[in-house]
Amino acid sequence: MFKGDFIDNLPKIYGTYTGGFIVFIILMAILEQMGLGADTIGILFVAFTVFIYAAIGWLSRTMEVGAYYVAGRQVPTVFNGMATAADWMSGASFVAMAGGIYFGGHGYLAFVVGWTGGYILVASLMAPYLRKFGCYTVPDFIGTRYGGKLTRLCAVVVLVVASFTYVTAQINATGTIAARALQIPFEVGVWFGLLGILLCSMLGGMRAVTWTQVAQYIVLIIAYLIPVFWMSNKQGFGLVPQLVYGDAVTRITELEQLHGLGTLEAVSGAAGGLKALTVPFVQAGSDALSSWKFVTLVLCMMAGTASLPHILMRYFTTPSVKAARQSVAWSLFFIFLLYFTAPALATFTKLQILDPNLATGIIGKSIAEVNALDWIQKWSNVGFLQVIDANGDGILQLNEFFMRGDIVVLATPEIAGLPYVISGLVAAGGMAAAMSTADGLLLAIANALSHDLYYKIIDPNAETKKRLLVARALLLIIGALGAFVASLKLTTILGAVAWAFDFACSGLLFPIVLGIWWKRANRAGAIAGMIGGFVAGTWYLYMVRFAGMDPWIGIDHLRFGIIGMPVSLVCMVVVSLMTEEPDAETQAMVDETRVPAGRAVLRATH
Amino acid sequence: MNDADKRVMHWQSTKRLMIITLSLWVFFSFVVHWFADALNSMSFLGFPLGFYMAAQGSEVAFVIIIFWFARAQHKIDQEYGFAEEEA
Repeated sequence: MFKGDFIDNLPKIYGTYTGGFIVFIILMAILEQMGLGADTIGILFVAFTVFIYAAIGWLSRTMEVGAYYVAGRQVPTVFNGMATAADWMSGASFVAMAGGIYFGGHGYLAFVVGWTGGYILVASLMAPYLRKFGCYTVPDFIGTRYGGKLTRLCAVVVLVVASFTYVTAQINATGTIAARALQIPFEVGVWFGLLGILLCSMLGGMRAVTWTQVAQYIVLIIAYLIPVFWMSNKQGFGLVPQLVYGDAVTRITELEQLHGLGTLEAVSGAAGGLKALTVPFVQAGSDALSSWKFVTLVLCMMAGTASLPHILMRYFTTPSVKAARQSVAWSLFFIFLLYFTAPALATFTKLQILDPNLATGIIGKSIAEVNALDWIQKWSNVGFLQVIDANGDGILQLNEFFMRGDIVVLATPEIAGLPYVISGLVAAGGMAAAMSTADGLLLAIANALSHDLYYKIIDPNAETKKRLLVARALLLIIGALGAFVASLKLTTILGAVAWAFDFACSGLLFPIVLGIWWKRANRAGAIAGMIGGFVAGTWYLYMVRFAGMDPWIGIDHLRFGIIGMPVSLVCMVVVSLMTEEPDAETQAMVDETRVPAGRAVLRATH
Repeated sequence: MNDADKRVMHWQSTKRLMIITLSLWVFFSFVVHWFADALNSMSFLGFPLGFYMAAQGSEVAFVIIIFWFARAQHKIDQEYGFAEEEA
């Protein structure tokens, strides 16, 4: 199946796969009608999809370096776009984003803007040039462009810290979903998730991850869109919900006033991680500080997008520079499909819960009536939701209803009274999103350690077989480490995700960008830029988050890249200018990187 | 025009395109959202405009800009003879 004209047959293969998945959904719907239990459907959905990914991973096994690190550089534009979209959209995007918008309103939309616009930086400043360079990993570029083992090592360290922060959050998400769908304890779910992730990546490296990520994108986008379309049509908002939810947004503002948002007293006693609604949905702060907070978050997320190695390395797999550029555009398009739907989903869910005219509305109903609802019971049992009658009047008020942001996506089908087959589908989608991102991240870390640290720094004479064995062993170790940290539940899913972006942009953004766009940038400058930015950012994070320092002008722990990036830029420019300019050979290398035509700077196998 | 000249010209056009692209990016990423509160007093497709731009408007703009950029850069590469040969 993966021989010869496999690449030519891709549309047919994935077309068949998509058809097969839809048939599976219909089959499940029929079985539900025939009386199959909700729990069994959930288990079947998750087990079936994870099995398919593992099968693809097995079929893509390889012992070639080029296939293992860059999928043989033959992934077509549109498919690479889908794979990147799956790589990109994490458990946080799928599970937590709509919930974040639900609770955070306009302020939270900074994530939606930040996580899309960053691709313009990727396309215009980086991806095509890195593709021309012909590197296997991001530290490979930095190590070759600037030269020196210390340079490479710094890049590896930043990459590992940023990606590892991120991957624990993803393994955490797979654990949450697996625990819920398969009815197993969270700690076991984490290890189950890891097993699925490793099956996809260990045998075939980048090649296997690429083809499973395409499969995962198809599952996750179907799983995200179907419930939203269904809900919108069921409640008469219109055929294409993304275009017509303006009225719903306006109605929510009315309902918030009706329910006394902002005037109610905060109710205490809810379990950790559960929140009541306190922030108005539409209103943006009218002072400069709220505008500043919005744009600084946008900037950190965008710069992080352009610096996260697991994303950049996806563009090393395209057949050409032109294809890399177009592929970035397709990635953004496929990501956009989900991201412009998330606010619509948040809006509909909010309306369902707040609007007393809808059958699903619960605010303002009697507590006894609410507690009798199936979905309230189910999600209270797992600690995702809580109803506290603080004033003892027997009526549920806005400040008495607590839930975790994650369940906006996971429970919406139940809230809206859709059949359980949809909930199973959503669980499979969340699993796909978290697994695909975890795969990309684990591979980025293991590849940097095996290629850059082991092969390029420790043992440059290692044979191919040994290199690939080391790569796989590292994958296993890092995965296990990630699962262990995730099972400790150190921070909420989203806090950790934002940190990964800040780490990445503090340490890597300018060394990569200036390596292409500024010939004068040299080794000493790059090292200063990486260390300076990374240390400054990390110090600030530590002070604000753990040492109790007051954030400077609203730059909280989510935005510490705002401190790291300028420090990195200044260090890099000043130190570069104070030291000798790069030799003629390096300058010629930069010239060669800047034009698509001609041979890659690095040899095809290196 | 010899190869060195072509390289210089190609890089100048590339830089110009990059600056235009990033200016549009700055506008839709930061400028628009800085004035979100003021924009919310206007309405677009039934949405308050500031909310709309954050939830949908900027994202649509990004998709259009990025596809336009990919085409424009390829044209520059072709113009100076630096596009890759089609396989």
